[in-house]
Amino acid sequence: MRQPWRRSFITGALAGALTVVLVLTTAFVALAADPIKIGFGMALTGGLSANGKPALLAIQIWKDDINKKGGLLGRQVELVFYDDQTNPATVPGIYTKLLDVDKVDLIISGYGTNLIAPLLPIAIERKLTLMGMFGLANNEKYQYPNYFQIQPAGPDPQISTAIGFFELAAKQTPKPQTVALVGADAEYPQNALVGARDLVKKFGFKTLYDKTYPPNTVDYTPIVRAIKATNADIVFVASYPPDSVGMLRAAHEVGLQPKIFGGGMVGLMFTSVMTSMGSALNGVVNYDFWAPEPAFMAIPGIKEFLKDYQARAEKAGVDPLGYYLPPYSYALMQVLGQAVEGTKGLDQQKIADYIRATEFNTIVGKVKFGKNGEWAKGRTLMVQYQKIQGSSVDQFRGPGKKVVLWPDEFKSGSIIYPYAAALK
Amino acid sequence: MFPWDLLANALVAGLLLGGVYAAVSLGVSIIFGLLDIANIAQPAFLILGAYAVYVVNTGFGVDPILAGLLFTPVFYLLGAAVYRVYYGSFERRGEEALRGLVFFFGLLFIIEVSLSIKFGVDYRLVQAGYLGKSFEIGGIGIAYRLLVPCLVGLAMTLALHLFLGRSFYGRAIMAVSQDRLALRLMGADPVHIKTVAFGIGIAAASLAGALIITITPVIPSSDRDYIGRMFAITVLGGMGSIGGTLVAAIILGVVESLMSTFFGPSWSQAVSFGILLTALAVRPSGLFGR
Amino acid sequence: MPQAARALLAGLVVVGLGIFIASLRINPYLYFAGYVILQYIVIATAWNILGGYAGYVNFGTPAFFAMGAYTAVFLIQTMRPPLPVLILAGGLVSALLGLAIGYLTLRLRGTFFSIATLALSIVLQTMIINWEFVGGSRGLSVIRPSGPPFGNYVTFLFTVMVLLAVVAVTAARFIERSWVGRGLAALRDNEEAAECMGVPTLRLKLFATTVSGFLLGVAGAPFPYYVTFVEPNSAFSLDYAVNALAMPMIGGTTSWVGPVIGAVLLGSAQQLATVTISSEMNLFIVGVVLVAFVVAAPEGILGLVRRLRGR
Repeated sequence: MRQPWRRSFITGALAGALTVVLVLTTAFVALAADPIKIGFGMALTGGLSANGKPALLAIQIWKDDINKKGGLLGRQVELVFYDDQTNPATVPGIYTKLLDVDKVDLIISGYGTNLIAPLLPIAIERKLTLMGMFGLANNEKYQYPNYFQIQPAGPDPQISTAIGFFELAAKQTPKPQTVALVGADAEYPQNALVGARDLVKKFGFKTLYDKTYPPNTVDYTPIVRAIKATNADIVFVASYPPDSVGMLRAAHEVGLQPKIFGGGMVGLMFTSVMTSMGSALNGVVNYDFWAPEPAFMAIPGIKEFLKDYQARAEKAGVDPLGYYLPPYSYALMQVLGQAVEGTKGLDQQKIADYIRATEFNTIVGKVKFGKNGEWAKGRTLMVQYQKIQGSSVDQFRGPGKKVVLWPDEFKSGSIIYPYAAALK
Repeated sequence: MFPWDLLANALVAGLLLGGVYAAVSLGVSIIFGLLDIANIAQPAFLILGAYAVYVVNTGFGVDPILAGLLFTPVFYLLGAAVYRVYYGSFERRGEEALRGLVFFFGLLFIIEVSLSIKFGVDYRLVQAGYLGKSFEIGGIGIAYRLLVPCLVGLAMTLALHLFLGRSFYGRAIMAVSQDRLALRLMGADPVHIKTVAFGIGIAAASLAGALIITITPVIPSSDRDYIGRMFAITVLGGMGSIGGTLVAAIILGVVESLMSTFFGPSWSQAVSFGILLTALAVRPSGLFGR
Repeated sequence: MPQAARALLAGLVVVGLGIFIASLRINPYLYFAGYVILQYIVIATAWNILGGYAGYVNFGTPAFFAMGAYTAVFLIQTMRPPLPVLILAGGLVSALLGLAIGYLTLRLRGTFFSIATLALSIVLQTMIINWEFVGGSRGLSVIRPSGPPFGNYVTFLFTVMVLLAVVAVTAARFIERSWVGRGLAALRDNEEAAECMGVPTLRLKLFATTVSGFLLGVAGAPFPYYVTFVEPNSAFSLDYAVNALAMPMIGGTTSWVGPVIGAVLLGSAQQLATVTISSEMNLFIVGVVLVAFVVAAPEGILGLVRRLRGR
């Protein structure tokens, strides 16, 4: 051994290099293994679970898709969620747990205006970016800049449901003159009716009937009869699923046949309702967000998503077709994911700025956010149920039974007017 | 110009609804009115009956009311079993007041939540040939959807009235509500009689459930809509009087219908309960009570 | 009297403990969950004053709780007074409600009172739904006041709830041990006999409903600030009715300790279930436990403990 210090130097250098390599590798592995956690509450039980559960399924499909492609920022995505039971009082507790105990990196909202409402103050207080899943006008009071809503209501959420309906009515010749407004004593219908009243004034219609009913009404015949007695040309209904069905059935029994009927009836687009009401739906002009018509089916990614969703839907016990909320839930996650990748990090403010400034490509088309986090341009559709026969579910899989009438960019058919003509 | 035809239609709709409300309240009339057991869980059995009918109707296409009739023996046995538990745990020990009420409330809750878990919260409806059809008599439209359940409800009321008035068990049930000791002395076992009565009450509830789901879709929490109606009708009609129950049910149905038509539906239900509270304050024995 | 002084001291100690815990600023989630459990202590204690001591079952707990909450909402929308005013106002309104219902129905039998309370929730919910000023069916967002102590307003609410829980329990204990409590117990066991003995049953019953209503309203008044969004369905939720019943039944209805035990046990279990099992099984279990207790252990945990200790 000529120079022992040299050997020890080499040994030391080698050991040092090895250590550095090991440390770096471990750190890298740890980082890669460390998942990105996205937390939320969701209505898995209670009144809104009929939409909450399909939404969850769509989010889970997104997570699987993104993880198959390597995750976000090279890390796998993990979902942490709890059942909010459609009860706003659970929201503060759930999100505090998500943020302070589970230490999630990102949050999104639950489903529905009432479940988003108690979440906004929390997001504002903690300076978090919040993606909202189908809530109407939640941000109007707070005007928080880092809130974004995936429901395509547009800059004026209150008229978003009814605008297409009344525009279509106004376009018909001869122009209808009179209106009957009716809706349930509940959050969404009340909002829709406020918007409807503004539109009635704008288009110069005359209101002959304007009443609300309690949500647990058993029999709608008296209400429908009273409306029929007014002989109104236009009948606008803002209702939740049970009353939508009740009103429609009563309308058939009583023989209510205005020139145009429908408007804001939630639930008619649910597969279970479509199959049980069958041809009773014909002629109804109703709001919607999605339809299996060419304009929507052509958007890249939607066909794969629907195939995936429909395969898993039956086992999950949710709406089998998924033609209402699920594509939007998936799109919401796409926006969030693309923002994370786009800003190459998890900084809440940077993500919010990115979302505000970008037009996203999602499976429901191009998404751009505007004032108060709503869509820059509203896209609530007006559809009409046409030519439905019997009650098989397959007729609803493809185009033609729920024709899009409005807006023009997505129009796939013409209105059958007056309403009575569609009933033949 | 006073809308006579609107009024006429509202009255008729109210009458038809009243017939169904009578069927809905028969069980409470017997169990609370005659046996003096405040069975708060009655509406849950109503909805349970509705779901049973739904399953059979969707699975096998059986007419809902027919299915309801077929289920009555099952529910009778269920009712008898529930009473036995109630009797063993509470009546025998003489602690019915507080604990019995709580027991039934817990039962209501369990049934409602179980239905939620099993069927989810989607609205369930039934299919039958006559739904959606109606006919007219002199300008008044009558929907089969309301007419058939109403007729069945009236039949149930009549049957029960005759049963209580004419048959041995019926009269024994009336007797046990008035004087238990005398009944014993006459050789009938009060516990057995009460078991039969309770069973009949629950069976009536389940058949009424079939009528309800024919008229309107149901979800597990629909039971809460009927709690107030059932007890309001029983109290207003007079405890223990089947005829009184029918009259009160028709009053309630007509009031709800008229309020709906002329003043807007929002207040019709609250008004019905207002009637209950007023009746309790002014004449607690009801219209025909003893 | 040394006993009363001791009770007061104990109460102060608990409040002090609450403030101390709040100042620690431990994980905020615990303050959120703790608030709910403390709220239930107040609710269960309030219910028990009428249900356990007097034997009159109130199924309309949601009505009283929600009236407290909506009174607060109304005041917040008009004058925005400080929290103590909201609490007192909420309590007073619900107390009046209790008095009114009591006056209408308590001259009859207990079952009629219970049925009336069932209907009460529905009537009040309908009225609130039709009252746009407090949000109607759409609900109302409430902005929490700024600049609270402890940095986070909910932590402050936590300490407020500790105080309210102590007040409720102290009140219950005081009633229980006074002649009022003895009178209530007498009328619970046999109302006719008590009347004959000269117990002023009607007045005692009215007193119990009023106090019970007051405490329920007091529990509801801070709710708008806690949840920041008040709407009728959740304010009038059946959960309050079931829990108000189940907690005293499980803990034991004869003493002020019972509702506290029941509220802590059941409340904690439910908070835990919300973030673990997270489904309706949670509610199902409450129902089953309630029925099991009412059938097999009617005197609740207190009764079981008493039996174990030897008759």
